[in-house]
Amino acid sequence: MAERVALTGNDSAAYALKQINPDVMAVYPITPQTELMHKFAAYVADGEVVTELVRVESEHSAMSAVVGASVAGARAATATSANGLALMWEVLYIAASCRCPVVACVVNRALSGPINIHCDHSDTMGARDSGWLQLYCENCQEVYDNTIQAVRIAEHPDVRLPVMVCFDGFILSHTLEALEVNDDETVRRFIGQFERPDNLLDVAHAQTFGMFALQNYYYEFKKQQVDAMANAPAVIQQIGDEYAELTGRSYGLLDAYRCDDADVILLGLGSTMGTVKQAADDLGEQEGLKCGVLKIRSFRPFPAEQILQAIAGAQIVGVMDRAVSFGLGGPLFHEVRSARYGHQDGPMLDFIYGLGGRDLGLDDAKGIFRSLADASESGRYEPTTRYVGVRE
Amino acid sequence: MATTSLKKLSEREDLLSGGHAACPGCGGTVILRQVLLAAQQDDYHVVASIATGCMEVVTTIYPNSAWRVPLVHNAFENSAATISGAEAAYRSLKRQGKYEGKVAFFAFGGDGGTYDIGLQSLSGALERGHNFTYVCYDNEAYMNTGIQRSGATPKGANTTTAPAGKVEPGKRECKKDLTAIVIAHNIPYCAQASPHQPRDLMKKAQKATVTEGPCFINVLSPCPRGWRFPPDQTIQIAQLAADTCVWPLYEIENGKLTINYKPREKKPVTEWLKSQGRFKHLFQPKNQYLVEEIQQDVDARWRRLLAREAADSEEPE
Amino acid sequence: MAELLKKDEMKPGAIGEGGTMANLYTGSWRTYRPVLDMEKCIHCLRCWILCPDSAVEISEGKRQETNLQHCKGCGICAAECPVGAIEMKLESEFMREEQ
Repeated sequence: MAERVALTGNDSAAYALKQINPDVMAVYPITPQTELMHKFAAYVADGEVVTELVRVESEHSAMSAVVGASVAGARAATATSANGLALMWEVLYIAASCRCPVVACVVNRALSGPINIHCDHSDTMGARDSGWLQLYCENCQEVYDNTIQAVRIAEHPDVRLPVMVCFDGFILSHTLEALEVNDDETVRRFIGQFERPDNLLDVAHAQTFGMFALQNYYYEFKKQQVDAMANAPAVIQQIGDEYAELTGRSYGLLDAYRCDDADVILLGLGSTMGTVKQAADDLGEQEGLKCGVLKIRSFRPFPAEQILQAIAGAQIVGVMDRAVSFGLGGPLFHEVRSARYGHQDGPMLDFIYGLGGRDLGLDDAKGIFRSLADASESGRYEPTTRYVGVRE
Repeated sequence: MATTSLKKLSEREDLLSGGHAACPGCGGTVILRQVLLAAQQDDYHVVASIATGCMEVVTTIYPNSAWRVPLVHNAFENSAATISGAEAAYRSLKRQGKYEGKVAFFAFGGDGGTYDIGLQSLSGALERGHNFTYVCYDNEAYMNTGIQRSGATPKGANTTTAPAGKVEPGKRECKKDLTAIVIAHNIPYCAQASPHQPRDLMKKAQKATVTEGPCFINVLSPCPRGWRFPPDQTIQIAQLAADTCVWPLYEIENGKLTINYKPREKKPVTEWLKSQGRFKHLFQPKNQYLVEEIQQDVDARWRRLLAREAADSEEPE
Repeated sequence: MAELLKKDEMKPGAIGEGGTMANLYTGSWRTYRPVLDMEKCIHCLRCWILCPDSAVEISEGKRQETNLQHCKGCGICAAECPVGAIEMKLESEFMREEQ
């Protein structure tokens, strides 16, 4: 039986992980992820999970231990933020290359420096080429639901890749929301058992894992990862559909809100999309502006085709980036623009916002929509990249 | 019963095959063979991790591997963290009744991957109390990347990043005493060993296998290429390290130190230094002071070991 | 040279079978070849336990010929033999003989 509860984002992830009941978790404290770890440690202390919780001495070791556990046949998970994810960086690639279907909850926080503890997406954007899938969450319900689905997606035989569940630090991690949770048995049945085809603990069949692959083989292993990532969109959709049947909450690669007849569409990731939806509602009612919102759930794999379909009717498209690629602009903007090339014309603007936790309020979101509408009307699209809310 | 009888061990399959790409006369592969043969006994099966380094690159070149036990390579600095994850998986699966069998977990690493870049990972895994054995094959420099100085490089050695030149005498600093650092973790078993004494090394590997909790064995791994000696001298050089007390063989079991080999007559350190090209420059008159310093360092460490052994033997059991 | 595996013939995860290096040939590395005088050999097996290349073969506790597929000719066996039963001879001598 589903139940309605009030949980923070961290508690939602911890509760999902409790129900997933992984064989091994390896974690290291970092703000704002720590409370997720506290909660899970309490489940361990109370005997509510079978998990071996490895309290490592660094995030590098957390990811290393998770890889060790995963090749040994365990269902394994971790959680981190910002600099913690950066310290894992080397091993992120190895986890993907070793085809470890592990789940990492990443509570998004700005990377140092200067040091800051609040939300932006510089941490997970830095990991976008690591071979991990990335699912972004808008609210605590999605944190809970995505964490559960991530296990199935990662372990799917067509994928077998690690998955990051990304949610905004403090904005979601520390905010209490009402959400619906499944009962333990439903989750247990939904995720099933983990069986690793090649297993380090199979002592009767000695194999070597993570071998040294030179010019003659490295490339083929990378192409295998490319292929697995190409299989992922269908798997994400299929598991989202299954989950919808079970819970009534549907999930796909993206979530289009009022996009069908919108003149102006804003794309983005994470919790800000809630604010932007409200702005779209208000502007539609109060100013007759036809605004749509396209929330990207799966940033990796990047759902180019689905994005193009959703924005096909818009006169102008804006992209919201909570991270910046220095010397280029917003990463999401550039990927969307690149996806459109040769398929779709139309002006686009990039809005960098919220770095280091800088707040983006409803009025800011409305301002972004209005500036898009103004640009569309005037035909003046410069500058392409705009920095929202910075004092200059 | 676990055995160190060569006759009995020779009846078993070697757990590290030939055909690997280690240099002729490599001390590292001798160490791996001895440890694996000794550890995989009775109902124990070895499962191992290895740090990036000489032994990893020469034994795991895709699609071929020399290892006849399951092995995982993750990265350079995380052999201990990786095995701690595998060991945690084992404990979890055992507890759930999903795995049968008895595994002896081993983590291998060279001195670069152990003394230097992997020290944090090693320290963490030791402190957490995982049931595993870490074996360091210490060839006293970054040999895999071309003989660069490491924390394990001894004073006076010529390396590519601390070369002996017109004004510099090679490495000026002392070798890090990693075994002492490990002992400070209060683990149940810790030892120094050498491949020239296979029985001693294998006994230590067996003690570590059956000891509950983290164990550590630091093994001197003479390197013909990096130390500059002919490849047939590997074992004699190892013997010389023990005879000069440059590399004492000892073990600490539950806090009590025992020296396993005391040379009847301690040889002067010059014999050790003269045996290897990496110390050649020390015999120029301007570097004579370093030879004296090295002898003093060795003497002081040996005296401290003897004193610790004597003190430990007086303590009530 | 064996034909290279294609992408879909490779297990994902850079996983390989253990012990397969035994099929490789490193004998060509040798400059010197160990030659054993069986009459002197006391079968102490010290050469076996000290060989870096797992190239010393033993059967029922008795020293057999060296596996020349793997032996790289380092000479540790000769240096460590307590009775001097192993002599290192230049490979070129054998080439001449074989010719």
